[in-house]
Formats: sequence, structure tokens, C-alpha cells
Amino acid sequence: MKLNRREVLGFGAAAVVVATLPASIGPAIAAGETADDAIKAFTGGAAMGEGAVKLTTPEIAENGNTVPVSVKVDSPMTADDHVQEVMIVASGNPNPGVATFKFSTMSGEASASTRIRLAKTQDIVAVAKMSDGSFQMAKNTVKVTIGGCGG
Amino acid sequence: MAKAKPRVKVPKKASAGDIITIKTLISHKMESGQRKDKKTGELIPRKIINNFKAEFNGQTVFETAIQPAVSSNPYIQFKVKMMESGEFKFTWTDDDGSVYTTSKKIAVN
Repeated sequence: MKLNRREVLGFGAAAVVVATLPASIGPAIAAGETADDAIKAFTGGAAMGEGAVKLTTPEIAENGNTVPVSVKVDSPMTADDHVQEVMIVASGNPNPGVATFKFSTMSGEASASTRIRLAKTQDIVAVAKMSDGSFQMAKNTVKVTIGGCGG
Repeated sequence: MAKAKPRVKVPKKASAGDIITIKTLISHKMESGQRKDKKTGELIPRKIINNFKAEFNGQTVFETAIQPAVSSNPYIQFKVKMMESGEFKFTWTDDDGSVYTTSKKIAVN
């Protein structure tokens, strides 16, 4: 392999950036983990109810780079009965974790929206963790015309 | 690299007990770590905003752990029940350790 000066400099710069990145960032959903693993890590394998979580996604996303996702959980949001966290998982992405919303009793309503990247047509899952330790989930399929992971 | 610029929309006033909607956006490339450099074929290292936090009068009201699957210029919308006047503080944390903050006041009567 022949290296010219420009390439050598480029590799050097890339190596420095990699070396200075913190080893572990955010909640650890390792690459290669499946959506089921991610959900299991979140719920601890507990059974999940359905019905309380309302997940709003487009049926067809033309551009997988920004897909609007909204989640709303039915809950009075009082100190005794509120939604603690909602995790969004994209089953068909190279890395299934998307985001985890953490609510408080000051939220008033457990709802949040964001925009996400989807690599291909897949199921989006939202899992809500309630203050009493139970879990609720909802699942939607989104058809993606152009994937959003740089490929 | 362009500096991340936060933008936040909070109502200026509300009545006590109102549930208000807060919209936030920060300009950021959100490099996923999945893309390859076209010239070298090397993976471009991940560099994203990995956490967003909203505090009201020093108390955390909403937080989001963010993964690379969140789009560039991450947009987050959420709700807060207003009981008193005060100040919101919004904090975004970058993979490289940078922290971006902005504040907004709200009057509640």
C-alpha cells in the first residue's frame, strides 16, 4: 500500500479524534444489539401492557433522514401515578436505540415529539415506564422510501 | 465547524395550572458514526448531542437521552405544567463535552 503525504496526515487526524472521544456515552445500547435486547434492558423482561401509549408516526416517510415521531401516554402525572420514562426504539436501524424521554411530575402531560432517522421500512416501538413499575408499549410501522443512514 | 445554536420557543406568560408546550431546536450535524468519508473510506467518528435537559427554577422537569438515530438539528417538543413564574434553563450536551445552554423566563399569574 502506497501512502502519500496527504493520506498520512488524514489518518493521523482521524486517529487523534477517535482517541479523544470518551469511552462510553449515554445509556449503553451497544452496536449490534437488537431492538428486543434494548427493550429487555429497559423493562427487565417485565410484561408490557398496551393501550395507554399513543405513538404517532407517518405511515410513509419519503425521507428517512427526518421522520417526525410523537408519543403521548395517558396518565394523570401526579406524584403517585406518573410516567417516568419513555424509550423509543427503531427495530430496523443499525443501532436500535433512538431516544429516551424522562418526564417529571411537573410535566403535566406525558407527551413529547422529536425527529428521527430511519434506515429502512421498519417498526417503531415506544415503551413507557410508569411510576408503579409497570410498562406500556405501542408499535407502529413506518414505510421509508429513502433511508437516512448515509448509505 | 459552525457553532451549535440553540433555539427555544416558550410562551411569555401563562395562567397557573396551564400545560404549556415548549419547542426546542439546536443546530447540530449529529454525525451518526455510521457514515463513511467518501475520500478515505474511513468511518466518520460519531459526534452528536447526547443529552438534553430542561430545568425550571433549578428543578429538572424534562430530560432526553439522545442516540445517533435522532435527526440532525435535533428538535424536541414537550410539555410542562406551570404553577409559578420563573426561568427555564435548557442544556444540551455534546459528545465532545461541550455544553450549550439557553434560558427563557415565563410569567405565571
